[in-house]
Amino acid sequence: MMKFLSNTMRRSHLALAVIATGAAGLALMTMHAQFSGRSSQLAGHAALVAELGLTDLALFTEARYTRHPSQADLFTPFQDHPLSFDHFPSGSLVLPQRQFGNKDLFAESLPQ
Amino acid sequence: MTEPNNSYQAGLLSRLGAAKQLYLIDFTLGAMKRRTGRNVMLFSVYLAIIFILGSVMLFSHAIRREAAILLENSPELLVQKLRMGRHELIEGTRLEVLRKIRGVRQAQGRLWGYFYDQANGANYTLMVPREQSKTTAVKPGETIIGEGVARTKGIKQGGYLFLLSETGKLMKLKVKQVFSNQSALTNTDLILLSEPDYRRFFVLPPDLYTDLSLTIRNKREIDKIVEKAAKLMPQARFITRRDILRTYESIFSWREGLLLALLGGSLIAFTILSFDKASGMSAEERREIGVLKAVGWETSDVIAMKFWEGALVSIGAFVFGVALAYAHVFFFSAGLLEPVLKGWAVIYPSFTLTPSLGGIQLATLAFFTIIPYTAATIIPIWRAATTDPDEVMR
Amino acid sequence: MIELKKVFKQYHEGRINEVRALVNINLTLKKDCITVFKGPSGSGKTTLLTLIGGLSKPSSGRILLDGEIISNLPEKFLAALRREHFGFVFQRFNLIRGISVLENVMLPAYPMAPAHAPLRQKAKDLLERLHIPEKADMPVDVLSGGEAQRVAIARALINDPDTIIADEPTANLDSRLAVQFLQIIEQLRKDGKTIIMTSHDPRIWQARIVDRVIDMEDGHIVEENEKVANP
Repeated sequence: MMKFLSNTMRRSHLALAVIATGAAGLALMTMHAQFSGRSSQLAGHAALVAELGLTDLALFTEARYTRHPSQADLFTPFQDHPLSFDHFPSGSLVLPQRQFGNKDLFAESLPQ
Repeated sequence: MTEPNNSYQAGLLSRLGAAKQLYLIDFTLGAMKRRTGRNVMLFSVYLAIIFILGSVMLFSHAIRREAAILLENSPELLVQKLRMGRHELIEGTRLEVLRKIRGVRQAQGRLWGYFYDQANGANYTLMVPREQSKTTAVKPGETIIGEGVARTKGIKQGGYLFLLSETGKLMKLKVKQVFSNQSALTNTDLILLSEPDYRRFFVLPPDLYTDLSLTIRNKREIDKIVEKAAKLMPQARFITRRDILRTYESIFSWREGLLLALLGGSLIAFTILSFDKASGMSAEERREIGVLKAVGWETSDVIAMKFWEGALVSIGAFVFGVALAYAHVFFFSAGLLEPVLKGWAVIYPSFTLTPSLGGIQLATLAFFTIIPYTAATIIPIWRAATTDPDEVMR
Repeated sequence: MIELKKVFKQYHEGRINEVRALVNINLTLKKDCITVFKGPSGSGKTTLLTLIGGLSKPSSGRILLDGEIISNLPEKFLAALRREHFGFVFQRFNLIRGISVLENVMLPAYPMAPAHAPLRQKAKDLLERLHIPEKADMPVDVLSGGEAQRVAIARALINDPDTIIADEPTANLDSRLAVQFLQIIEQLRKDGKTIIMTSHDPRIWQARIVDRVIDMEDGHIVEENEKVANP
């Protein structure tokens, strides 16, 4: 098919057509992002969060401090394993809270 | 070149500009055929880098956005008891103290905790729904579970969930409902049970809670209320909704492992790519430029031709890389990222993210990939393009 | 008409490896003539060709085309000059791999961006005229020496230049092909073109159709032979 196209079309036209196709795909995706209608599903989800009073995403169900990072106290990571902060792989994807509720963690960690 | 003295000539000239660029593109694509294998490989590597970086960027952006929308509905203020820096159960008597603070509309105890299922190595979050819950109310002996729990244990609505308590007793719960995939992102591992069942399971005395949740009348007063409460309960930790949201603002940020590792890897790959491009022209390429200049191409034509070589490859790779990344993240739930995110977890939510394009992230990605690659294509030929073509005669 | 006045060309000027390629060249090349420069290697004949064709500039002196000085033109105008007035046939033909024969012929016309279909047709007509129309869509790697030269000539003709410049055109060809080349050149002269060549090859500078033979040695013109015009 490519050989047929390259024999009948100028190379530049073919290349630009290919890129234009890709760009059209991107444009379609932009429209999809705008009008996908999944936002109404999101509203239902949000209502459930409000009703149950949930505080965290359930993405990292490995350990307590990765499952509820907003609720984890300072020592939970160390409780799970004496030597590690990032014992669980997800730990490297989730930072601990810098501002620990209404208390300061360490002065150095505060935004300057 | 004479200036156009009417719009017809101006139109002609601009068409001439486009027409010439098409000829230059014809030529550069033909010349690239000389090393088809190498160019295809370069393009593929480039495409793969954009795909991976684009997937992670789109995924991170979508998760952050989703978290921001969902967790806007989290409790306004949570009170956690700390002892020796560790989270401890809190007495219900504190509720009276907190209710007296002006501006607090409601104060409730929350019951939630973790359960490790030895049978399959999964962690569940057990929780008692709040008093005002309508759709999620459960009676003793009943449970509502997340889709991840149902999947892991192979249970359906109407079936039974068995949990082994620390006392050695088995608790049997009838599954009233399974949460759908739509809300899996927040409740995939959730097991809702009634308060009596919860307390019996964890052998919890009647007036102890995991933490307390406060509803505030006027949101602008939260900081003031926290100040007052902290005076009343100096050993407590107060978590506001803003704290919760802030935790997820920085998720997958650059400093965290995943993105940093990818960025480092991509930079190395890109350096190799650019170095390969820039590591000098072959004698053939140099001679070719001499020939082009000898037959009447200007320096600007030669450079434009080379520019198109870099631009077509990088723009093509970017456009298709991002398109593939978008499909990957929003139609295939970023399946390739799952092993990285899942880590050692047994339960991973089966979810679909709300599609969104992180415009700034993509623009940044475009800037840092298209421009360096295009520059790396042009720079090596700059010198040859600007020297006299008489060397080609030799 | 091309004039050279007190033209000098030095390479690596002022350095230890300075080379004086051309010394005090004074020359007038008439239109519609076939001129051949001959001489040993290093005599400066190729350098002279590059100066005449605007591929490089003299170290001092002037070069004029139809009375206008071209030796001090900016590169942009020199490129336009090369496009419109000169067609080059290089010693090693210098065809570009990866693109077809037809595209090689069309190449000098690209900067002027003419309409695509007429340009393709014109290139095909040139190949037809040079008896190799069937090679149009082939890659240049499969061409024989004679075919490659004819493609190079077609490329030199695509912009209808008035002057053809050829450097050692028969260096890689056998006698039969050398004769064919001369036939092509004779036809071009009849079409009103000026031909300027360099050659070691006696078959070239002794050919009947050549109007003028200029001998060079060590950057100087040492002898000139202008033949009597054929009746």
